[in-house]
Amino acid sequence: MLYREAGQFKSTYGQDQQIFPILQDRVAMSALLLVAFVAVPIFGDQYWLSAIITPFLILSLAALGLNILTGYAGQLSLGTAAFMAVGAFMAYNAMLRIPHIPVLGAFAIGGLSAAAVGFVFGLPSLRIKGLYLAVATLACQFFILWLINRVGWFSNHSSSGVITAQRMVILGYEFVSPASKYLLTLGVVGAMALAAKNLMRSETGRAFMAVRDMDVAAAVVGIPMMRTKLLAFAISSFYCGVAGALYAFCYLGTVEPEAFTLDLSFRVLFMIIIGGVGSILGSFLGAAFITLFPILLNFVSKGLESVLGVEMNHAMVSNTEAIIFGGLIIFFLIVEPNGLARMWQIAKEKLRLWPFPH
Amino acid sequence: MKRTATLFAALALAGAATAAAAQQEQFVPANFYWVGPYAPGGSGFGGGIIDYMAMLNERDGGINGVKLTWEKCETEYNNARGVECYERSKKKGPTGATVIHPLSTGITYSLIEKATADKIPVISMGYGRTSAADGRVFPYVFPLITTYWSQATVMVKFMGEKSGGMDKLKGKKIVLVYHDSAYGKEPIPVLTDMSKQYGYELTTIAVPHPGNEQQSQWLQIRQIKPDYVILWGWGVMNPTALKAAAKIGYPREKVIGVWWSGAEEDVLPAGTAAKGYISAGFNSPGSDFPVMKDIQKFVYGKGKGEFEDKSRFGSIYHTRGVVAGIVTTEAIRLAQNKYGKGKPITGEQMRWGIENLNIDDKRLKELGAVGLMLPLKVSCLDHEGSGLVKFQQWDGAKWKVITDWMEPDRKLVRTMVEADAAQYAKEKGITPRDCSKEK
Repeated sequence: MLYREAGQFKSTYGQDQQIFPILQDRVAMSALLLVAFVAVPIFGDQYWLSAIITPFLILSLAALGLNILTGYAGQLSLGTAAFMAVGAFMAYNAMLRIPHIPVLGAFAIGGLSAAAVGFVFGLPSLRIKGLYLAVATLACQFFILWLINRVGWFSNHSSSGVITAQRMVILGYEFVSPASKYLLTLGVVGAMALAAKNLMRSETGRAFMAVRDMDVAAAVVGIPMMRTKLLAFAISSFYCGVAGALYAFCYLGTVEPEAFTLDLSFRVLFMIIIGGVGSILGSFLGAAFITLFPILLNFVSKGLESVLGVEMNHAMVSNTEAIIFGGLIIFFLIVEPNGLARMWQIAKEKLRLWPFPH
Repeated sequence: MKRTATLFAALALAGAATAAAAQQEQFVPANFYWVGPYAPGGSGFGGGIIDYMAMLNERDGGINGVKLTWEKCETEYNNARGVECYERSKKKGPTGATVIHPLSTGITYSLIEKATADKIPVISMGYGRTSAADGRVFPYVFPLITTYWSQATVMVKFMGEKSGGMDKLKGKKIVLVYHDSAYGKEPIPVLTDMSKQYGYELTTIAVPHPGNEQQSQWLQIRQIKPDYVILWGWGVMNPTALKAAAKIGYPREKVIGVWWSGAEEDVLPAGTAAKGYISAGFNSPGSDFPVMKDIQKFVYGKGKGEFEDKSRFGSIYHTRGVVAGIVTTEAIRLAQNKYGKGKPITGEQMRWGIENLNIDDKRLKELGAVGLMLPLKVSCLDHEGSGLVKFQQWDGAKWKVITDWMEPDRKLVRTMVEADAAQYAKEKGITPRDCSKEK
């Protein structure tokens, strides 16, 4: 009833090609952005802003980066966390070693360094595919962490290998409060998500998808294989690198290389699998599920304890949470193997017909 | 629908009830870990601190009538979860979080700046950033009792004594097997520095998290044939290392563990492979101390208590948690004496309490903890307090203390602490406090 596009006519190419062709979508998106930029920082308390929403946004960006590579260009990667580590440590070094560098410039350097690393580790993708490629990127994951751990330069010879993010100042304004850090993250993530959305609608994005669907056919129609695959690696790693820099600067503040273990790579991979492979929205939905759901479960079990008035064995509760979480992942994948984004799409289609499905 | 409404009503009621009782309460977050590869340490230490606070509530009705409250939050020994727990717990209770025990060097590092900004003290007892012992630069961080660097110097001293004099260390080969994280890397600068002084040859071998695979590392050790191996492990890494040592036939009497590698939970899973293994310690285990008996009587006797497995009562991690509980509550008591007895104190007041903490022999006797821990005196300059370490050996059934309390090389440690703290202050633009002006 509410969600119907009847009567919305498109009379120019511009109107036909916009990201949200349906008026209701545009309204909903503007409302969402308004809430994110205005309402959340005003009404969100410190805990929500600094411990929940900011890491969610940062991991969404990392998932988005992996989705560009795996979801759109079809190249499986397990090196996400390594690219994030490169971004974090290089952004730190840029701030440390280049005088008067703006923070966003340092983030960009972090991202570009990650892109360069991604480019190099993308080279095997020209010869190998699928699981074999995943193993090659796994090597990247271990090699990069080993390098950062062993070469003192990366952590400015800190004895414990830990780096502490420098102050972030843009145009004289220092980002200290959780709300300001959240807004900075949101700005970066929002801009990069928009860029990704548009990239995927461009010639480059279509080339990515052609390679994903069948690389031989793509090569036959004249898509340069080497350029496309390496570009996918570079762009994806750039996104992950910026996410890593944000992780260090806007979230944790102090990071050790251990923050970027294989564990994180897998988590990001799960995010896109659950959220939806090959979907921008899916990256956000998946990140929300993986980062927020365990915390939600935790709150629910706490709430249950206080309602029922019993104190449960904490170790058992913690383990049960992990079991429920794993069970839900399997449940979702059986019910909708294409992820939460696909569910959302189906819901929208049903909503268009509602309340007269026939 | 109706059921949901009832549920919400019940939730609201429960919320109101806690709010009403919240006036005379002192909230201490229990952000530890009960799952994952490090759970033995997390649950043991966390259990100790909670048991002690529960005992005070039962026996004395809290501290001067202020009940101690806590809430568990699972950090999984993971920095991101640790920060989330910190943010979640810092505003709880009438005065917010009193003090944080991160029980992870990584989480401690992540919290140093956040907690300082929020004015919540961090006690990293026997772990964390060593240079935080310089209280002028780190007013809110307290690596109490002893630090990794102090321990490293004592280990070298111990190895010297075992070899028959410090001059005998020359040319000896020492291997450090460490957990590849901020925690494991912490002793490297001191051990390197001392290798120059005493002329031993140091090789460092990293074991990646979580450490349940150490075949290649110990093969490397077999090739090096070291005179001593220092084991800087945590959680599941410890028994794995001992088993690997047994497999290559390296004598366990020459493996010297850090105090986080020296508890019952670390050796029991290794079985006979652990026999003869030596580790450091800064507290004594046992269930015969009067304070432990009180916990037994007032907490476990009433069917409460953190451990279902009663054999863990009085274990090393448990008593270490009790020591942490004593330190925490004594600082609260001290702060109450200054800022108002019978009132909950804030984090800022707690900071003063910890900094002026002086648990002497007399007080230890009153607490019933003589022998459990050593006297502790903290000051603005020195956030470490004691620094003494002793060594114990696993005889296959229990830990046997084999040395007296040993002095660290205070001069060396202090010089390095001050240098590192000064560098941190410079990087962060912090002006160190003038301790003579502190009251």
